[in-house]
Amino acid sequence: MTARLRRKDLVGLLYVLPWLVGFLVFKLYPFIMSFVYSFCDYSMLKPPKFVGLYNFIYMLTKDELFPKALVNTLKYVIITVPLKISFALFVAIILNMKLKGINLFRTVYYLPSIFGGSVAISILWRFLFMKEGIVNKFLGLFGIEGINWLGDPRIAMFSVSLLAVWQFGSSMVLFLARLKEIPSELYEAALVDGASRLKMFTKITLPMISPIMFFNLVMQTINAFQEFTGPYIITGGGPVNSTYLLSMLIYDNAFKYFRMGYAAALSWVQFVIILIFTAFIFRSSTYWTYYEYDEGRF
Amino acid sequence: MYSQSKKAKNTISLFITYAFLILFGLFMIYPLLWVVSAAFKSNDEIFKSLSLIPQKIVTDSFIKGWQGTGQYTFGRFFANNFILVVPVVFFTIISSTLVAYGFARFNFPLKRLFFVILISTLMLPDSVNLIPRYILFNAFGWVDSYKPFIIPSMFASTPFFVFMMIQFMRGLPREIEEAAIIDGCNSFQILLRVTGPLCKTAMISMGIFQFIWTWNDFLGPLIYINSVEKYTIALGLRMCVDSAAAIAWNQIMAMTVIAMLPCIIIFFAAQKYFVEGIATSGIKG
Repeated sequence: MTARLRRKDLVGLLYVLPWLVGFLVFKLYPFIMSFVYSFCDYSMLKPPKFVGLYNFIYMLTKDELFPKALVNTLKYVIITVPLKISFALFVAIILNMKLKGINLFRTVYYLPSIFGGSVAISILWRFLFMKEGIVNKFLGLFGIEGINWLGDPRIAMFSVSLLAVWQFGSSMVLFLARLKEIPSELYEAALVDGASRLKMFTKITLPMISPIMFFNLVMQTINAFQEFTGPYIITGGGPVNSTYLLSMLIYDNAFKYFRMGYAAALSWVQFVIILIFTAFIFRSSTYWTYYEYDEGRF
Repeated sequence: MYSQSKKAKNTISLFITYAFLILFGLFMIYPLLWVVSAAFKSNDEIFKSLSLIPQKIVTDSFIKGWQGTGQYTFGRFFANNFILVVPVVFFTIISSTLVAYGFARFNFPLKRLFFVILISTLMLPDSVNLIPRYILFNAFGWVDSYKPFIIPSMFASTPFFVFMMIQFMRGLPREIEEAAIIDGCNSFQILLRVTGPLCKTAMISMGIFQFIWTWNDFLGPLIYINSVEKYTIALGLRMCVDSAAAIAWNQIMAMTVIAMLPCIIIFFAAQKYFVEGIATSGIKG
């Protein structure tokens, strides 16, 4: 009996083996090495040289781009994540109604999201928001004078962020799937009790979707912190570095200047910031997420 | 009387809802339609009007744009994208299904720990591994080839997909598999003949997501591919924008449309798999 069990265990392990090998070689090893490199001076031409905390000291005291990139990245996250999730929820609630042709609308709202952070869509954004672009043309219809969306350092970040907001489709679909699962009896009971729409939303809808809200918040935050393609193609980090993000600083140091050690140190800072933010969301979620069954908990 | 006013109120709120849906929908879809129409407009016209219908339809932007800028045409970049994407999709489906099967249907030592690791890698930002992975692949001699994309895909390297498959398999009834055991099938035969076929939907949606993500990937090729000969569409597009930008906008728009086309086709051909994939796994986007 035990021998048979063990054989079955072995078979299971065999199926999982590709993942395990992949995890060790492509995830765990690089993860450890990234930590090691962050304390090294490494240009790939010579073997890595241990420099202690030098990379981190340089980052905080000498690299003028680092604080800039850090603030920009935080700005990017703070603009995109809440806007994207609010849009996603708002539209999902409307799309959850039983209306004719609702599937067509779902398609339309999801469509922009399939392109993700692609070059094609970033090029489109660049053209839309150019000084002589279509967005200004549209504003002109209402007699509003064109804004230099991508050329003005004060608003370039906002224009670039809108691309991510526009792609709220995946979060929306998740909300939608959850909304459909809320038993209608809950609303019916509330209606009998004479609850207002707002009350139903805050007392029924919000608690019921809170696990999805949590998931969306975590995933979108992690993604936003790492954003690269959009800003890189649309503005290249400009004007005057106003859209220059941490991911670009990492990319430039690693693959333009081949300062692998410094880039690794930067990526660890990025990682720790993401960790702090996710930990905060996890911690706070115990106060605002509601689970029907405990197994649903992360 | 009461019901009549209620009916009227309903009609009004229905009207407002539709008006909002249509107006907001137009905002969402207009940029996409604009690229398509811009590809058929003459250069002078592109920024002149908001209209989506070209005054004079130009088609040579596709032909000229296809020529690219240097010695390689977009035909080359397009082919390269397929050479890169097809194996990645194929191996992702195979490896993720195998691994998910192991997690969903077997018990083995450390299984819980492995599962926790799998879930935490779901949330591990890619960028922290970017640099050492490049150094590693460079040491393997994989740089300037598609190996950095294809080989990891053989090892179920996208935790999203494994997780999604596990969730899907857990939802399948075990009775059929138990019947197959009684019939004398071994676990692999069960996967091949029973569980696998039942997972077809999940496998297709996994394939679609992987196709679209890999097709649109920019940072990966930017880092690993150096020679123009091996450029993907994303790199080719960027090269065109950087070099010829100001002159031939309609050509760039035409190539942008071409770059998006496979994703659009797949999206409309396989909508139900899309929604299913997102809903079962909570995949990002």
